[in-house]
Amino acid sequence: MSDTFTSSHIIPVPAEAGEVHTRRGFLVAAGVAGACYAGALAYPIYRYLASPVESALSEAAVTEVTLKDAQKLPPGSVLMFKFGTRPALLIHHVDDRWVSMTAVCTHLGCTVQYEAQADRIHCSCHGGVYNPYTGANVSGPPPKPLTLYKVKVDATGVVVSRA
Amino acid sequence: MATTTNTNSVSSGLTAKARTSSVYEWIDQRLGLSDLAAFARKKTVPVHAHSFWYYWGGITLFLFMVQCFTGVLLLVYYRPGAEAYESVRQITFVMHFGWLIRSAHSWSANLMLFTILVHMFSVFFMKAYRKPREFGWLSGMVLLVLAAAFGFSGYLLPMDQLSYFATKVGLAIPAAIPGIGPVVANMLRGGTDVTEFTVQRFFALHVVVLPAIFIPLLAFHIWLVQKHGNAVPPSEEAKPVSERRSMPFFPHFFRKDLAMWLVSLNVLALLASVFPWQLGKQFDALAPAPVGIHPEWYFMSPFEMLKMLGAVLPGEIGEIAGLLLFTLGIVLWILIPFYDSRTENGRRARNAHYFGLLAMFLLLATTAIGYWTVK
Repeated sequence: MSDTFTSSHIIPVPAEAGEVHTRRGFLVAAGVAGACYAGALAYPIYRYLASPVESALSEAAVTEVTLKDAQKLPPGSVLMFKFGTRPALLIHHVDDRWVSMTAVCTHLGCTVQYEAQADRIHCSCHGGVYNPYTGANVSGPPPKPLTLYKVKVDATGVVVSRA
Repeated sequence: MATTTNTNSVSSGLTAKARTSSVYEWIDQRLGLSDLAAFARKKTVPVHAHSFWYYWGGITLFLFMVQCFTGVLLLVYYRPGAEAYESVRQITFVMHFGWLIRSAHSWSANLMLFTILVHMFSVFFMKAYRKPREFGWLSGMVLLVLAAAFGFSGYLLPMDQLSYFATKVGLAIPAAIPGIGPVVANMLRGGTDVTEFTVQRFFALHVVVLPAIFIPLLAFHIWLVQKHGNAVPPSEEAKPVSERRSMPFFPHFFRKDLAMWLVSLNVLALLASVFPWQLGKQFDALAPAPVGIHPEWYFMSPFEMLKMLGAVLPGEIGEIAGLLLFTLGIVLWILIPFYDSRTENGRRARNAHYFGLLAMFLLLATTAIGYWTVK
């Protein structure tokens, strides 16, 4: 079997209607066709894999959450709820003030907790402490305060919305 | 370090070509790529009236790769067990293009079984099972059984009415094996009925066990083709070597091979999008079997043969006779390389050829009758 693959670029393959195809020509055509097919396949595959991302993003776009019967929350206690996709807390303080804020620690994203006896918000991951009335970062590593939400209490529930 | 002697080199430093060739040399010194390249350059494919059939193994391989790819995508959202149906419902109706990926997976499964049969029969009639290719034939038969197992296990995973009843009926076949039958069927089912336990073990089979056996066996099967080359049919073998034509695998046959794969991809894409795979109602063990229930086309033949034999020999005898006859046929088919082993085309060669025609006719006829008699 003779070695027909020399170092030159031009290799005659069985001629079709007198045309002479080159290896380069074939590779370019194959590359373009391949790219088109790859694109046509990649689009639906990307959309498919990103479906839950899209629904999470639209869920997170929520601006208001109604907590039914939350007005019954006793003073000095906390209710953890989901605002969109993220944890949040609603505190009914002993002085009858209602405060709501995000429960995602601004340090590295752990979920914080309200400690009623100590009257503080504490993050167990790295010891961050927040003010339970203003959300301000009081001590520890958190660089920013917890974002407050607007709270409206009525006879049937509590409506929490973005400030 | 390789020195470059290209007459086309650009005057400033190493050309891209020189750089690639030194990288190639570095890898080659460690992995022996140049041996592979030498083999690839030498590889040829026989050219004759029946060369068309040489594509079908490769097309089957392509469809298998499609199955692996779409299968992994489905695996991202599929949940085996109690939520199987709901997860498939979500894939089909909620996830973007989930319907298309599922449809491609189901259609490709059917097409793959079809191309396997074309490949098997073309190998049979070209007598490519003869020395030294017996292992190719035997490994191919195991691959066929594994592919049928893939199809059977995969079919249950959506847990809709059709899947449920197809599996219930299908498992009656192993259950009919005398002695160990019921034990085997119960182990496959994970109980005495098809339940969420069944779907979970079929899932383990379909996604882990069968691929772990199939893929190395497929690699062996393909390596054998590289080792022995493509077989030529007896009519071509009769010609003197000087009269036989061949073409280099690279780039000539490879180009045509890729073109066939492209055609297969296009056919699959059309079928999957224009005839999207349906999802029935969730399985209900208490509901009666739907009218006109029948297995998928690739199981229709044994299904119909068992039915016909059951009509002639009723009861247990009919079932066992049917199984025995079918098993005998399969065993003879598997052992054909040892029957038709000589290169001269005498009586045995002709008998084998007629046996192949008979098998093909029976398969086609019983499949057609099966569909005809579906209510």
